[in-house]
Amino acid sequence: MHRREGLAKLTGRERYVDDLPLDDFLWGMTVRSPVPRGRVTAVRFGADVDWSAFVIVDHRDIPGPNEVILIERDQPVLAAGYVRHVHEPVVLLGHRSREGLRRAVRAVEVVVAPEPPVLDFRVPPRPDQIQYGRDNVLKRLKIEKGDVERALAQAPVVVSGTYETGAQEHVYLETQGMIAWLEDQVLVVKGSMQCPYYVLSALKHALARDESRVRVIQTPTGGGFGGKEEYPSDIALHAALLALKAGRPVKIVYDRGEDMAATTKRHPSWVRHRTGLTRDGRLLAQDLEVVLDGGAYVTLSPVVLSRGIIHAAGPYSCDNVRIAGRVMFTNAVPFGAFRGFGAPQTLFACERHMDVIARTLEIDPVELRRINLLRDGQTTATGQVIRDGTDRVAVLERALELSDYRAKRRAHAAFNETHAAQRRGIGLAAFYHGAGFTGGGEVHLNSRVRVAGLADGRVEVLTANIEMGQGTLTVFTQIAAERLGFAPQDVAIAEADTGRVPNSGPTVASRTTMVVGRLIERACDDLRSRLEVDAAVRGASLRAAIVRWHREHAAERLVGDAVYERPPGISWDDANYRGDAYGAFAWATYVAEVEVDLATYSTRVTGFVAVQEVGKVLNETLARGQVQGGVVQGIGWALMEECKFRDGAMINNQLTNYLIPTSDDVPPIHVAFLENPYPHGAQGAKGLGELPIDGPAPAVLNAVAAATGADPRAVPLTPERLMAIADFGLRSAE
Amino acid sequence: MDQQVPIGVTVNGVRHERAVEPRLLLSDFLRHELGLTGTHVGCEHGVCGACTVLLDGDAVRSCLILAVQADGHELVTVEGLAPPGGGDELHPLQAAFREAHGLQCGFCTPGFLMTLVPFLREHPHPSEPEIREALSGHLCRCTGYQGIVAAVRLAAGSAP
Amino acid sequence: MTVLLPGSERDALEMLAAADGDAVPIAGATDLLVSWPGRLEDHRKTYVDLSGLAGLRPLRWTGDELVLGGLTSYWDVIRDVRVRQEFPLLVAAARQVGAIQIQVRGTWAGNIVNASPAADGVPVLMAYDAVVELESLRGREEVPLDRFYTGYKEMRRRPDQLVVAIRLPRRPYSVQKFVKVGSRRAQAIAKVGLAITRAAAGWRVVAASMAPTIRRCPTIERLLEEGAPVRGPDDLLPAIARDVSPIDDIRSTAAYRKRVMARVLYYELREACGWRA
Repeated sequence: MHRREGLAKLTGRERYVDDLPLDDFLWGMTVRSPVPRGRVTAVRFGADVDWSAFVIVDHRDIPGPNEVILIERDQPVLAAGYVRHVHEPVVLLGHRSREGLRRAVRAVEVVVAPEPPVLDFRVPPRPDQIQYGRDNVLKRLKIEKGDVERALAQAPVVVSGTYETGAQEHVYLETQGMIAWLEDQVLVVKGSMQCPYYVLSALKHALARDESRVRVIQTPTGGGFGGKEEYPSDIALHAALLALKAGRPVKIVYDRGEDMAATTKRHPSWVRHRTGLTRDGRLLAQDLEVVLDGGAYVTLSPVVLSRGIIHAAGPYSCDNVRIAGRVMFTNAVPFGAFRGFGAPQTLFACERHMDVIARTLEIDPVELRRINLLRDGQTTATGQVIRDGTDRVAVLERALELSDYRAKRRAHAAFNETHAAQRRGIGLAAFYHGAGFTGGGEVHLNSRVRVAGLADGRVEVLTANIEMGQGTLTVFTQIAAERLGFAPQDVAIAEADTGRVPNSGPTVASRTTMVVGRLIERACDDLRSRLEVDAAVRGASLRAAIVRWHREHAAERLVGDAVYERPPGISWDDANYRGDAYGAFAWATYVAEVEVDLATYSTRVTGFVAVQEVGKVLNETLARGQVQGGVVQGIGWALMEECKFRDGAMINNQLTNYLIPTSDDVPPIHVAFLENPYPHGAQGAKGLGELPIDGPAPAVLNAVAAATGADPRAVPLTPERLMAIADFGLRSAE
Repeated sequence: MDQQVPIGVTVNGVRHERAVEPRLLLSDFLRHELGLTGTHVGCEHGVCGACTVLLDGDAVRSCLILAVQADGHELVTVEGLAPPGGGDELHPLQAAFREAHGLQCGFCTPGFLMTLVPFLREHPHPSEPEIREALSGHLCRCTGYQGIVAAVRLAAGSAP
Repeated sequence: MTVLLPGSERDALEMLAAADGDAVPIAGATDLLVSWPGRLEDHRKTYVDLSGLAGLRPLRWTGDELVLGGLTSYWDVIRDVRVRQEFPLLVAAARQVGAIQIQVRGTWAGNIVNASPAADGVPVLMAYDAVVELESLRGREEVPLDRFYTGYKEMRRRPDQLVVAIRLPRRPYSVQKFVKVGSRRAQAIAKVGLAITRAAAGWRVVAASMAPTIRRCPTIERLLEEGAPVRGPDDLLPAIARDVSPIDDIRSTAAYRKRVMARVLYYELREACGWRA
């Protein structure tokens, strides 16, 4: 099946938020803090601007609590006298001309009496830097299994290492944008977003409006990757405040520089491993410390930390595990959701550490993984018994086979003997990714889906889950069509408009196909039961039944619905972080081949194999595209994507200086799926969206280590960073 | 208020006469003056390629050209690729992108298409490295480029 | 903002002269318009748009010179088979400028007067001993490119002068190399750029992103002329230290630039110079 909205996108007819026709509107822009921390002593409006032509909004214009409501309520919509990060929004301006607005924004001076900021999350704060609780710790979590201290004391070998990852920018091609207006006392906000109900909840809270007076509509979204999970609430609030004050529609669309400087990034991380092993490489104890940089407000950091630590020990069996995690407050722009959500950081550390162990013990990195990979009946760090029947060693073997791993190792050794200035190597990473919300999250979300039978016999699927390129519209169509025996064109997918669709939860956490897709199946079944027909009634006869029902029930609505139910046998203890962290895990092994240029310290990925078990693959072409795209994002994070900060501000906030891979920087990505259907996912599907970004960074750095003998511990491994850790003195290379 | 400069351009075969401010970018002219919003603006620093259009047959970045510089020239945007009439008939490149899933979020797609029109004219049977080099003036964050490369091969009639 | 549209080269020169230093000539405008909406100060200037002056576009050959016009684009050079044969570094460098969509619009003269220390086109022109031809109402002036820059973004061009041609002597070359080290393979700004040629006139080693301007490296050129023994990249570091003064910036570090320049020079020239470790 072709991508459902493909035709509109290919012909230029698709309307992204900035493309929507809009009459008599104002542009909105944001005046931001120039410094990372301090008391706002004055806001001065320059004399050379006619301010009467501008709508001006500050924190006093907020009708409800000045809070962007999420997990905590610590983040203001607009700074009220105090700023905690560079680019924190202070004042909003609305005006007819964008050019005039740009000049006006520069004419507003936010005067701040600076106070000492915290800019390095790895360094314990001084007393005058404490700004959150007693120690700047935004969240602390711990996982404990067995007796780590005793096992470490008794282990024949202990291998330690620390690993770091940097911030990563999403670079969705469409920048953040939102339009707000008032329509018969209802505030309508329309824009680029992943989670319409998050935006709705933020608007209701800060604007003190009940649900009947707010409506949020998603526009076709030009990429998200997590960057449009929580941030759209901020910009929606800003557009809404301006529109309410102006009495006219207001549009805010960030330019690339503002988007990169002022919105969220992937959390930087520091991870320490202390691992006890037998001499032949069997894991006896894993002691981990995980520290994330949260930035200036809590936002989603506690759940990022949660997913991070749950994945930190890797897909391995070990009886004694202790993982202590914390997120630190810093005066940085808040870090936020980004594909993988903490897992890429901790899995990088884990899988790089596995190669460090292999080198220390002088054993084969493949063998080390093979003997420790989880077998059915064994437990993860949280004590979750894995019994899905997936052969994780087979996933590993398939990746070795497809990459021709053994032969490549021999060929590279020969190549490296005969070439003075190039080194080739191959490396792998074995990993996993839990699908859906962590722990009790899905129960808490209580997602709801509706499938309506229309008078003409077609159905309409109503969910709040959105299309941002990953294929939601297509896959939802497929799921409903398959369940009902319909042709795809007989399935309509409703626009994600909170005025019409139920809250089926956010479009995040690899949950859309698996969790929401399953709800669509159940809502289809419910539709049948309302028609009083059984599952054998499909296709034309089902359409006829729908038409007949409408004839008999004029002016009534025919709706099947479904609400999330926890799969049987799953339990989670949130107080002690024990139990079934996820309903299902996807399993993978990725293999990277690299060539390192010793003259310039540059690394090029020359081959990549991605093998995964993600349950039943519903649409192989879309799934393949998800993997390829995620791998390339991961390669970028591994080698070139570096946010450079000065005094808390990103200074390379341009696509000329923050580099993501182009088509010329990456090889073809060879993708293979092993299928083991998951009984509680749509048609047997598990989550897939995030998995592909967990593996590339450790696989690529392991390949660089194999190629050069260097021991890289941090991403991105830029040429400058590789030079700092490896001399590659020419004479020794000759 | 700046001077207004009269310009005349032919876009997708239709002649347009307008008076524009000299600082107006061609990308903004196409989007705001002519309503041709299929040309997307992704960075405005000349890197992402989303705003690529044809100017006298060459692929150019419309965010790096002033509208006044386009005076007297012939432009083609993504809206002008498919045969006129508004039906479902597509340009062979659009059809290949559709068939080979050469797009995800779609924001970068019009730019890629516009670069590929002259590229395939000059390289009817491109190699994979030639394709990857030709595409390297564009950023795509969704696909990892592989579906796009496959689409180009499909359009060129070469086996993947 | 004002954009003046001259109908002839003479018109353009008159406009520049009349503006008394306040008019900026533009052609492809691919440097000027980067991040244009935010460059509010530049929205108040006067520009002379040369892009309509077709006569300045073609490149031409004389018996002993290749002459690039003031509006010759990178693309014009890439497509020219003869340039590919006689001046292959021009083609190599042109293909490294931005992306195809920029190579179509950007001009060699624009690359010279934009005066970026990281320019891709200027190093190869300088390694080919290019001469910049400047024209104004006061007459014509010729400045060798290696003496054109006087400091960061400072050059021997008066505001009333236009670059109308760039002349390159036709010579047999025994060594021609262009290396651009960027942080990705396409669409990167050079962290280190090197153009190297050797002809009867001697060695030319030109470095980009290593100093406030693109510049020749006289100490290294002398070292090469003298055939001094070089046993490894480190032996080149003292000469590099005398010739260039790289800095830490948003794209790289001084330490990386110096070390990589030494290593690239060593690997690129090892065979031609018969260096042995």
